Amino acid sequence: MSFLSLNNVSASYGSSQALFGVNLTLNEGEVMALMGRNGMGKSTTVRCICRMIPSSGSLTFASVDLSKLASHQASRLGIGLVPEGRRCFSGLSVYENLVAAARPGFWTFEKIVDLFPRLGERKQQIASSLSGGEQQMLAIGRALMTNPKLLILDEATEGLAPLIRDEIWNAIKQLKTETGLSILVIDKSVTELRSISDSAVILERGRDVWSGKMSELTSEITAKYVGV
Amino acid sequence: MISERYFNIAILALLIIVPTWAYFADEPFTITLMTRAAIFALAAVGLNLALGTGGLVSFGHAAFFGMGGYVMGILAHHAQTFTPVAEVPFLIEGTKSMPVIWLVSILLSAVLAWVIGFLSLRTSGVYFIMITLAFAQMMFFFSISWSEYGGEDGLSIYVRNSFPGLNTLDPIQFYILCLAILLIVLGAMARVVKSPFGLALNAARQSPQRVDAVGLNVKRLRLVAFIISGAITGLAGALFADLNRFVSPTMFSWQLSGEIMVFIIIGGVGRLFGPVVGALIFVALEHFLGGLSDFWHIYLGLLLLMIVLFGKGGIIGMICGREKSHG
Repeated sequence: MSFLSLNNVSASYGSSQALFGVNLTLNEGEVMALMGRNGMGKSTTVRCICRMIPSSGSLTFASVDLSKLASHQASRLGIGLVPEGRRCFSGLSVYENLVAAARPGFWTFEKIVDLFPRLGERKQQIASSLSGGEQQMLAIGRALMTNPKLLILDEATEGLAPLIRDEIWNAIKQLKTETGLSILVIDKSVTELRSISDSAVILERGRDVWSGKMSELTSEITAKYVGV
Repeated sequence: MISERYFNIAILALLIIVPTWAYFADEPFTITLMTRAAIFALAAVGLNLALGTGGLVSFGHAAFFGMGGYVMGILAHHAQTFTPVAEVPFLIEGTKSMPVIWLVSILLSAVLAWVIGFLSLRTSGVYFIMITLAFAQMMFFFSISWSEYGGEDGLSIYVRNSFPGLNTLDPIQFYILCLAILLIVLGAMARVVKSPFGLALNAARQSPQRVDAVGLNVKRLRLVAFIISGAITGLAGALFADLNRFVSPTMFSWQLSGEIMVFIIIGGVGRLFGPVVGALIFVALEHFLGGLSDFWHIYLGLLLLMIVLFGKGGIIGMICGREKSHG
């Protein structure tokens, strides 16, 4: 069953059009990779889904029309975003970052600490003083604390040390296997995306140029559109 | 650096020791000065939620201070003249009961804050500052033209309002009442800023977009904070009017809005006891330097300048170190 559906979605930044009729269908419990080179419209697509920028075309999530909603309403509907560049609440502690975003549901502070034990050790530490990897864990934890039905990870491992990156990928795999959360993931690591995703959509210059099951994604296609 | 907790305890001790000394030394004027400081502190505690935690630079909090003052003045005036406040659509009598006056002040200030906040929170930055200022100025000029309640001359209340079990005309008893209210509000504020609401408000000051992205309605958060803030400042206005037994349009003046902001900047923006420290210093300067020169505001200005230039965390920031959430 279609959980998140984008039909012919277009978006612009002022007079500069960034998306030209993007289509995407994500089913419940599925992990989908949104792939493409830099500047092809991946983050813009995410911003449209999260209603951070206006768009035309049809966007539905859990049978609700997203196009009329504000950003906070989309989040309340169950879309949790881990934004590019982490963007924690820098002046708040780890605990405060998580509590500020909390909504009732499966995910609690204790459950986040189970997923990322480092956050438990840094509970009272101010977010801006955390390492990049810890801030990323906090950003994921904060998104989970909203108890989303769909988790969107925008470049969640960008700029992190390999060990930390592994830790984060393991956590994402754990989310997939243990919670059955629907996930839309953007990342540069095709290897990791292949290992975790059920399906993929590739964007090229603001258009979806390939979509299908991950098992059908050949190295020729990734070489052509992703450059890997 | 001294721990902020110990510093706050020291300020609390000061709020108790000075009036106690004044009481035994038969210095009622000192008690009145401390009462004035406690009331100003209460007004600034209200603004501190909007300004310090929420980052809302309201230059119109005198609107709520004046609203509280005029609620007290009007209710007490009708009680002492034995005339009703209104007969249509239903009879509203005046009252000399402080709890009733406080309740009405809080409610009407909250309603006014809702109206002002609803309209002004659609803007930000300098426009927000100007709109809040404009609303306070509207209230100021309205009170000047309201001749029924004294117009420009204000309104005198002959006897201080009553509180069950206390002689409010006794300076120390009225001070204890004001201090108790200040401490209750400070206790509530300490909880509010650490509650999910307060944390989200603080986070929205740092980045409204990120707060929106986690499903919190930033406008609503700010409006609720503005309403709470206005209601507290309104309560302070009612107490201030009772302290002076007089209300006038100056309670709505932009200078007063600025002074409430100055208390917070001097004490420390976003610090729990920042407004208390600022109000104490302001009242002390006003009393000691005001006796020496009519131009004592120059010294206040110099102090403010020094703090803004060299100690952005205010007096508390200089003594206890900067608070991380205020950089």
